[in-house]
Amino acid sequence: MKISTIFYSLKQGFINIKRNKLFSLASVGTIAACIFLIGLFYAVLANLQYIVKSAEDNVAVVIFFDYESTQEQKDAIEESIKKRAEFGTLTYVSAEEAWEEYKELYFKDAPELAEGFKDDNPLANSDSFRVTLNDISMQDEFVDFVEDLEGVRKVNYSDTTADTLEDFGKMVGFVSVAIIIILLAVGIFLISNTVMIGIAVRKEEIGIMKLMGAKDLFIRMPFMVEGVMIGITGAAIPLLVLVMIYERVIKSILEQFATVGSAMSLLSTGDVFAILTPAAFIVGGGIGLIGSIITIRKHLRV
Amino acid sequence: MIDLQDVSKSYAAGIPAVNNINLHIDKGEFVFIVGDSGAGKSTIIKMMLKELEPTSGKIVINGKNLARLKRRKVPMLRRDIGVVFQDFRLLKDRNVYENVAFAQRVVETPVKIIRRRVPAMLSMVGLAEKYRSYPKELSGGEQQRVALARALVNNPPILLADEPTGNLDPKNSWEIMKLLEEINNRGTTVIVVTHNREVVDAMQKRVVTIRKGVIVSDERKGGYIYED
Repeated sequence: MKISTIFYSLKQGFINIKRNKLFSLASVGTIAACIFLIGLFYAVLANLQYIVKSAEDNVAVVIFFDYESTQEQKDAIEESIKKRAEFGTLTYVSAEEAWEEYKELYFKDAPELAEGFKDDNPLANSDSFRVTLNDISMQDEFVDFVEDLEGVRKVNYSDTTADTLEDFGKMVGFVSVAIIIILLAVGIFLISNTVMIGIAVRKEEIGIMKLMGAKDLFIRMPFMVEGVMIGITGAAIPLLVLVMIYERVIKSILEQFATVGSAMSLLSTGDVFAILTPAAFIVGGGIGLIGSIITIRKHLRV
Repeated sequence: MIDLQDVSKSYAAGIPAVNNINLHIDKGEFVFIVGDSGAGKSTIIKMMLKELEPTSGKIVINGKNLARLKRRKVPMLRRDIGVVFQDFRLLKDRNVYENVAFAQRVVETPVKIIRRRVPAMLSMVGLAEKYRSYPKELSGGEQQRVALARALVNNPPILLADEPTGNLDPKNSWEIMKLLEEINNRGTTVIVVTHNREVVDAMQKRVVTIRKGVIVSDERKGGYIYED
């Protein structure tokens, strides 16, 4: 296809949009609503996954050793654990560190009570490995494995936390995907309708073009341009709105958590929109292209 | 140039619109295809443009057997045939120049050539001065001239005119026919489908008469055959 033909198709695509202002606006509006909701779901989902991941990282399996276990046995246990695929991190917590943590947790307001144990660590045999997993769904299998290792006395883990986080992540994922699929289908339907109206308006012109020997692509291109332009415009508007909303909401949430003294981290605007921006344009343009191609195939037999 | 061999077309089970037609038109000929409404004239035109497929028979145009022509090659066939219609079919939102240039744009002619060729065609049909006018500002005769310029701007070897004088008064009809004759004299094969008796009788060209889908007469220098 010649460059002049590409420019001609672009121009005709814009003319189609201009000529069919009301429907084009309605389509842009709907695509914008779709992309806005997709963006919103993505932002929420990405942050939830981020929080879930952070929480998962903190879900630790604590491994205590037999009272008479040797350093060699502990090293062997460490080596076996590190070989596992689901292994994330491993921290050795000595008996002294364990007692310090315990004191910090339970004798914070009355340190004098802990003074009685000054020279006699009650957790003398409670040194441990604190292990985090990179895949929380493997926790049960991992625990079974560790419990069978020689020199292991006890394994502490939170079954409920792991399952809840995993289930919650899955549920959010499924619901989002379902809603996004529905919205995409609505978007394609609307673009398809708009292009169909464009074809109906230009029916006579298309007929003349066919008789004069215009090729299929030449006739179809302006309608594809129309669909893609509507899709891209429909993506650009909600992106701008979402950036503004996201920045404010994140700021507000973090301020709220700061006032109650809790630490919470969320994804930055840059992190979210580095993925969301190209994705929105691809989805918007894609909806436009698919919507227009469906209609062209159905109503524009050349 | 144009060859129809045993061509029939039935729209539904029953009476055929075109029945076993044999017609040969040589390069550079001027032929009238005449007949009353419903005789099958439009069906023949549509089959020649491959808008309709014949039920049986063979159509060859400019060496192309239409039955074997692939769908993607149809535009190339249509580029060989300029078409004008009774209702002109001009684009109302475009001026005279743009209407004629449109025919070149759709076949992806370079802009440089369009700028040279369109004014030349408008001069030929006598509308060089009105290149900025819109169809609604033109008379019926002028609109048909624009349609002629559009049909010929790509220099097709064949011109098909479907009732070109159907919407025109006798004076304009005659002017259009003279223009078609001039185009034919320059080497274009011209086929005029009409039921305008006066024009056919006056022109003294080859006349193919169709009645109820059948060719009933083919006269070298004929006139309109009256049914009674």
